[in-house]
This record gives sequence, C-alpha cells and structure tokens, in this order.
Amino acid sequence: MELSTKAKITWCPGCPNATILVAYRNAITELVNEGKLNVENLVSAAGIGCHGKITDYLNTNTFEALHGRVVSSATGIKMANPNLNVVTFTGDGDSLSEGFTHLLHAAERNVGISVFLHNNETFALTTGQATFLSPKGFKGPSTPAGSVDEPMNPLHIMLAMGATFVARTYALNIPGTKNIMKAAMQHKGFAFVEIIQPCITYFDTREHYNSSTEWLPEDFPRTDLSAAINKVREIKEKTTLGIFYQVQKPTFEEKI
Amino acid sequence: MTTQEHSQTVRTIGIGGAAGDGIREAGLRLTELFNRLGYQSFLSFSYPSIIRGGHNFSRLSISKEKIYSDHSEMDILIAVNAESARLHLGEMKPDGIIFIEQAYAEELKDAGVRVIPIPMADFVKEANVRPIARTTTGLGAFAFTAGLSLEKTKELISSIFQDYGGDINATLAEKGYLLAEKLNLPKWQEGTEGSPANEKAIITDANKAIGKGLLAAGLDFYISYPMTPASSLLTFLAKEAVGEKLKTIQPEDEISAINMAIGVTYAGKKAAVGTATGGFALMQEAFSFAGISESPIVAVVSQRQGPATGVPTNTSQSDLQFVIHSGHGEFPRIVIAPGDSEEAFLAAGNALNLAWKYQMPAIILVDKQLSESSQTSVLDSSKIIQNEVKKWNNEGEYHRYQFTEDGVSPFAAPGTKNAAVKLTSYEHDEFGIATENTELVKKMTDKRFKKGEMREKELSLYDTVKVYGDEKSDTVVLFWGSPKGAILEASKYLKKPVKLVQILWMEPFDTDRVSKELANAKNIIIIEGNHNSQLAALLREKTGVVPNHKINRYDSKPFDPMELAKEIDELL
Repeated sequence: MELSTKAKITWCPGCPNATILVAYRNAITELVNEGKLNVENLVSAAGIGCHGKITDYLNTNTFEALHGRVVSSATGIKMANPNLNVVTFTGDGDSLSEGFTHLLHAAERNVGISVFLHNNETFALTTGQATFLSPKGFKGPSTPAGSVDEPMNPLHIMLAMGATFVARTYALNIPGTKNIMKAAMQHKGFAFVEIIQPCITYFDTREHYNSSTEWLPEDFPRTDLSAAINKVREIKEKTTLGIFYQVQKPTFEEKI
Repeated sequence: MTTQEHSQTVRTIGIGGAAGDGIREAGLRLTELFNRLGYQSFLSFSYPSIIRGGHNFSRLSISKEKIYSDHSEMDILIAVNAESARLHLGEMKPDGIIFIEQAYAEELKDAGVRVIPIPMADFVKEANVRPIARTTTGLGAFAFTAGLSLEKTKELISSIFQDYGGDINATLAEKGYLLAEKLNLPKWQEGTEGSPANEKAIITDANKAIGKGLLAAGLDFYISYPMTPASSLLTFLAKEAVGEKLKTIQPEDEISAINMAIGVTYAGKKAAVGTATGGFALMQEAFSFAGISESPIVAVVSQRQGPATGVPTNTSQSDLQFVIHSGHGEFPRIVIAPGDSEEAFLAAGNALNLAWKYQMPAIILVDKQLSESSQTSVLDSSKIIQNEVKKWNNEGEYHRYQFTEDGVSPFAAPGTKNAAVKLTSYEHDEFGIATENTELVKKMTDKRFKKGEMREKELSLYDTVKVYGDEKSDTVVLFWGSPKGAILEASKYLKKPVKLVQILWMEPFDTDRVSKELANAKNIIIIEGNHNSQLAALLREKTGVVPNHKINRYDSKPFDPMELAKEIDELL
C-alpha cells in the first residue's frame, strides 16, 4: 500500500509535522493490516496552515478545506456517507481562531470524525504570530510587546462541549501518537486529539517537551468526565499525555 | 382593453390583523378556496420583523384569467383590529366593504366606505375556539358577497380548514354569512360558482416551488441557517423531508452550511444551501471554494432590502451585481433569476442538474416578494431538463481534476476502489495536489472556463429569456425577477400594447438572444426594484445596449401593477 505521493515535502527540515505524518501513515497501515480499515473509505481532511500540507503528502482520499472550515466540511462528508472514516487535521490557528464555532458544534453534535489538532502555539505559515493557544506574553511579529491573551485550553473546551473522546499526544513520540490516532480513528463519535507540535522555526519548544511529558496512568478512569476535566486543567511541570476521556453516545450521523 | 374593462374581472381581498392572528394562514386558505372554484390567484403577505403585534397583511387578487400580481385597490377588507382597517382605508374601492371586529367598528364610522361590524370575538367564544379563528367569520361574510351559496361556503370552508377543525370553521363562517345575508349586502355580479376547479394547479410561493424543484432533481441534503426571506424554504423542506431521503440540516451559521455542503457533494450526494443575501455575503469565500474545487453546490439566495440588516421583511432587487460576481477569484457559475413560482420550480431543478453536469456552483436568485407570495401555479417536473453526471470509469489512476476536452473531469466519490479522490481549495494539478506552477495555474483556470464555454453552447435548451405582449412592438419593457408579476399585470392596462422581455439567466448571459429581442427596439424601458438599475449595467456590459428609460423602486415594497401602468404609459 503506497501512502506517499510525488509531492515534495515543504515543511521546514526537522518539523514535527513530518513525525505526525509518519505516525498517521503507520496508523493507517496497521489498521488496514488488522482488517479494521479499508483505505478507500478513509478521508483525510485538513484546514489551512502548515498542518494542512499533509493532504498533499497522502495517497488517500483527501479534502483540503478553507482556513477554519475543515470541521464543517468534514461534518458534511461524514453525514453524506457515514461509512467513511473521516480524519480531520487542523491547527490552533485553523480551528481555535478562525473556525472556533464549528469545532464547538461538531463536538456538541458528536459528529463521528476524528480531529487531530496540530498545536504549535503559533501561526507558523504566516511567520509566527500569536494564536489563542500561544502563552500570554508571546512575542511574535504582531505582538512585539507580548500577547495579552490568556491561552485557551482546548481539551477542557472539548470536554465541556461534549466530545466523546479526548486525548493528548506529543508529535515527536511517533509510536505514542500512532496508538492514540488508531484509538481515535476507531472511536465511534467525535474524537479530539491535541498533538503538541513544536514549531522549530518560530516557537521551538522541543527541549522543554522532550523532557517534560508523562503518560496518564493505565488505571485512569476514562469514563469519568469530572476526573478528565480536572486532569486536563492541572498545571504542573510535566504535560500529561494519553486518553483522558472516552464514552459512547449516539452520533450526529445516526441522529439526523 | 381599458382599465375599466379589466377591473371588472379582478377582485382583491385584504385580511389584516396583528402578528399571531393567523393572517397569513387565512390568506392561504382563502386562496385555496378560490383555486377550487377555478380562479387564478396571487397572494402577497407583508409583515414587520416582530413575532407578536404589529400589522400583518394578506392581500389576494383573483381573476378568471391569469393573474400575475396582486392589486392594491381592494373590494373587501377583513380586519380583526382597527389599525388594520385604518392603514388601508385609502386603498378601498368606492364600493368596497370592510368587515371588522364589532368592538372597533365605532372607530371607523368616518371611513368613507361601507363598514360592517361582525362580532368576531363573540362568535369565536360561543364556538369555544381560539381567537385565531376570528378571520373565518369574516371569510363567511365575504363568501356571501362573492355570491357563493351557504352550502357551498360551508363545504369549502370545512374542507380547506380540515386540519384546523373543519366543522367548527364552517360554523363560524356560517355566522358571518348569515349576518351578511341579513344585511342584504350587494353581491358580485359575475358570480363565482360553476367554474371548473384547477385540476393541476396548486397555490405555491417560490420558496416551496424551489423546494419541490430541488426534490424533483434528487436533492439529498438541504443545509440552511434561518434568515428571512429564505427561512420558509428550510421549514418547508424540514417538514417535507419526513420519511423522504432528503435530510435538512440547520448548522451553527451560514459559513458552516456552505462548507458542509461542499463536503456533502465531495462524498457524492446532492446538496443545496439557502439564505438571504446577507447570509450569502457570509458564504462568499466558500462559494469561491466551490468554484476552484469544482463542487456542484446549489445556493438559493433570496434578496431583501439592504444594506446590512436593512429592512429584513421587505423586498428588493438590489443584489444582482453582488450575486453574479459572488466569490473572489475568477471561475464560472450559473445564476438563474426566476420571475414566478413556476419558473422558480424549473430554475431549481435545472440548477441542481446543471451544477452536477458541469461540476460548478449554481445560484437561484429570488427575493422576498417571490419567496413569500403565493400564486396559482402548475409545477411540471417533466419540464426539468435531465443531465448525466460524467462518472469515472474505474480505469487507471484516478485524477479528480483530469484535463478533458470539455473541461469536465470524471467524478468519483471517496469510497471508490483504487481511487484517491483529492479535493482542494488550493490551485492544483490534475491529481489534486497544490501547485504554484504558473503553467498549471493558467491551464487549470482555462479548464474551468472551458466548462463555462460548454455551458453557453446549451443556452438554447433553456428559457434564458422570455418574451410576452406584442412581439412586433418597437417599445420594449425589460425586466427580471419578481417585478414580472406587476409588469405583466400592468401590461393588461397599458394604453397601447408593448413588447415585454424578461431576462432569467444572468450567468451565463444569453447575449445573442437578448440582443436579438432588442434589435428593433426604439424605446427600451427597464424596470427594476433597485436604485442602481443593475440589470441595465449588465445589459450594457454584455450587449452594449443602453435603455432609454428606467423605472426604479427601492422603498422596499413591490411594484403595484396599476401605478406601474401609469408610469409606463407616460413613457410610451
């Protein structure tokens, strides 16, 4: 199964977007080999931003949407053909600034799509401006004196909106990311995965994250919403990775 | 024919009350009653942008010959409050009659026309039904003056109000009828009974007709955020869709609606969105996305008076230039602007089929006056032109944007074996990978416009232009959209016959046919419901023709046929 295209990869050399791509291709390959996915039924959708280039590098069905609107288009694809496995790549600029409402409502509706958020905490493709996930005081070209916005917590928001699968992973941990992608793609309902993806050009956090992530303990109560909310709100030295929450609820495509 | 001769055959009935009084429903039921008596009807509805209170007004003109617009001069006014009567006193014919709730009759003693008090509220109380049924007592009194027998009146009222309690409404109508009989009110001389019923005709506004046209062409998804005057299409289809394959979706906003629709068509299902022009302004970027991604979405766009929130419940034709130029960048699209419910039905079916044939976005452009006025119509789905979708033959590597002779690439949806279907908002190569290669950029632009050229070759299959009246006249009245009704109605009363030319297809514009129809014209009068004469600008751009006279109405109300006849007469 050839999952690569002839397109030249134009991410910065060493960009963790490439490790996300590798983890995703591995996830597809394993799911196909395990008999859990027909590749013709897979749609890889993306928004606009550095993350969005991923569609060019995938020899699958792809849908490169408008900036901020990929979650709406992915909803349309899923409701038109519920047999499709719709994976939606997005960025912190793409879905937490421009298209925030669509993300909120897709979670609330429990649309059966997976949303993989490439969180690099900056608008990288437009040369490093602050997003709503950048830390307060972020000095980018549009905020030379430091941004005044508090960063949003996407996982907390997704849990509050009713997402039925909420997880976090780190782009440079390829096997860990692949496993979480596989779990999300097999989840029936709205699956949201925050992928911490250092921007090596405009906001290089590799050194920090390489030494300060930890996985949720195996026995974490994944069906307990309060536990999940408390966990994703924790402020501590090490960032927690893993699946915080997973429950089954009727999906949008079943309900309409 | 003179005005006098014609006014014998047109009767106009107004029904007025507050929002929440069921004024629209009463108008629709009365229109249905006359449909069953074999009449042609045109029903308009006006209301302010509030839910309770305010003045709601249904106005129905009927005739035994085709009627294209309601008239403002009324024979009968049924008013459930004093305001509804006062607002329209100046529009009563000298021998007109106002039926009014008894409690307000005193306030109208100096009305200058005959005012008949009816104890509507008391009748309703006696019958133990909700006050919304008050108008039925007025309908009964009116039925007497229209010359219907009591039996026929009860039979019809009972039947058309079947879902609201037929017998009770028949009883209420009888009370009004007997009161009118007791007063020995004058009856219409022409009589009403004995006409054959309109077998195939239905009473429909353009929004419902569009819904039916989209369904006839196999719509799978209607996705819409409510906005007057497009909302009734959403509610109609939501109701109509029960048990059908159609699904109606109301998402969080217009931007989501159109981006969802593009996703739906990518997955191989037929999708339409609908909104007012303000909502369509929000959809612009995605409309452009549909253009570059060759997504066959249909947008139903209904104009209301702008700019911005403007006058939300009033009509306008001020968005023609905006709509034909929708979306940034250059790409072909289809824009059809029907002028009545029958044309709206065909426009919808044809637009959906053409969108899929050419894999390009299509727009049906209407306005409040069309969207919410009901008229006697025959919707014939056999007149919708069927088109084949060019599908992939499953051979070789699939290229979503394959170069072909006619510019149309074979379609495949995700889920197709051995095909990677790649859709993108970026400029792209045949496979669907983003490109900045200047040669490819030009070639892909040419590919899309090749579809536009193919589409233009087919124009003769469609009613892109329609001609009415005296085709030999060197005076031409030129128009588009909803004013068609008032103009055709006005033409019955003009001092001399003229040629009437309606343009329906705005994009592509049928330059040959329009030029041909205007070739011998010495006096062109263009009539539009806008300030800037936007069709005149398009006409000049496409044909070089400049009209001699312009009539514009931009106070947010539709044209009135009799006023228009006078205005046109002055220019003849």
